Amino acid sequence: MSEVVMHATDVHKSFGKLEVLKGVSLDVTKGETLCIIGPSGSGKTTFIRCINHLEKIDSGRIEVNGHLIGYRERNGRLVEDSERNIARRRTEIGMVFQRFNLFPHKTALENVTEAPVHVLGQKKDQATSFAKALLERVGLADKLDTYPGKLSGGQQQRVAIARALAMGPSLMLFDEPTSALDPEVTGEVLSVIEELARAGTTMIVVTHEMGFARKAANRVVMMDDGLIIEEGTPEHFFVDPTHERTKQFLSKIL
Amino acid sequence: MHVLVAADWHIIWLRIFHPGNVFARALWLTVYISVVSQALGVALGLVAALMRMSRLAPLRWLSGIYVWIFRGTPLLVQIFFIYTTFNTPSFQFGKFWAIPAEATTGILALSINEGAYMREIIRAGIDSIDRGQMEAAKSLGMRYGQAMRRIILPQAARVIVPPLGNEFNNMMKNTSLVFTIGVYELFADANAGYSNTLKSEYFIAVAFWYLMLTTVWTFIQAWIERRLAKSERGEELSLRERLGAAWNPAGAWLGAPHR
Repeated sequence: MSEVVMHATDVHKSFGKLEVLKGVSLDVTKGETLCIIGPSGSGKTTFIRCINHLEKIDSGRIEVNGHLIGYRERNGRLVEDSERNIARRRTEIGMVFQRFNLFPHKTALENVTEAPVHVLGQKKDQATSFAKALLERVGLADKLDTYPGKLSGGQQQRVAIARALAMGPSLMLFDEPTSALDPEVTGEVLSVIEELARAGTTMIVVTHEMGFARKAANRVVMMDDGLIIEEGTPEHFFVDPTHERTKQFLSKIL
Repeated sequence: MHVLVAADWHIIWLRIFHPGNVFARALWLTVYISVVSQALGVALGLVAALMRMSRLAPLRWLSGIYVWIFRGTPLLVQIFFIYTTFNTPSFQFGKFWAIPAEATTGILALSINEGAYMREIIRAGIDSIDRGQMEAAKSLGMRYGQAMRRIILPQAARVIVPPLGNEFNNMMKNTSLVFTIGVYELFADANAGYSNTLKSEYFIAVAFWYLMLTTVWTFIQAWIERRLAKSERGEELSLRERLGAAWNPAGAWLGAPHR
């Protein structure tokens, strides 16, 4: 039995009257690449945002590396954790956003070194050499001093991936990393993520790219209406899905 | 025209080209009261803006009441209220810089008043930054304060600086109000000249000096904005373009770099 990195049980989340997550339970083990697919509005983005407490869950629990996320237990009840602890947990969880969210007032290199230096307290030259290696790995060795405004969407997203990796996270979250990209640059971002998957990075990828899910995922999870309705290997999913809703969804999207 | 022809140009000439020590001290008072009040006003405005965005309702209310009162009442009334209610101290920095007690009162009143206006400007600046920036900073393990300081505010500054420049322009002119509580600044100096001679040329001369101050500021502001634009995107407008933008609102709009 391999080590569980992310452990979610019965997660509920509502925005006002709208219940977005209706009891999601999921485990991710070390080295696993998990893809979450499903129609828009199914709660998949909300779910991965809950994993680093960008959204606050209403009930249930989420643990990463055995630490409860966003909450701590006091007299058997869960109370929201201190800002300091929440921030500390987040340093172990990398997140890549749909819209990149690079810091526009900093160069590509500065984007990557920002948190290692100012959050982890690494020495600047140490952080810089690691950042350069990461940017090289995502194919941007020649863009170190370029500002995000001068980079294409695909390049920006690759900087964002390097920025998240620079923290040395034990779990990477990708929130539809290619949805905001032009089709012709989707490939360059996906191949970086695929390489990470091959290298054994533990990650959860919310995606609409079925080709990617099929190729890179160890396991695929289908969400619909706030619930996980089916999970299995990519072979299972794309060859012989059991759930009627999954069949419907895949037939529309493939 | 008649007024200009009949003006006593000699007085104006003297006041502009042969300013004395008394005048120099008055000018210095106007300058430091403006700068110190504006700086404190920005600090107050920042605190009030952060309070306005706080999760704690009482802080939000406090911030709202502050703006409501100090934007809703005349500056002159505020100056007199503070002057007649509080005993402000005088300060001495080194050998040459002494702030008399009335000037402290003036600075206090001007900065509290300014903070109320700056709160809105700073809040608008912070609001203009995409929510994703704060989320990205948090996802990297930054805490709220650090994310504000390192990520949000440096970006918001680009939005805040142009209206801040206008505020400072107003501030320099509004300092003339503190003459009413006995601060011997530029306007008080002009008024003293007038009282002795009953010649209104003193006011033309002092208007010239205010115009000089605001003009110099226009250049400084253009320079600051250019620096900010440069650090933001690695591209910049020339100083001439910035000045054009500062003087002409339509130019500011047309010349504004697009995201």
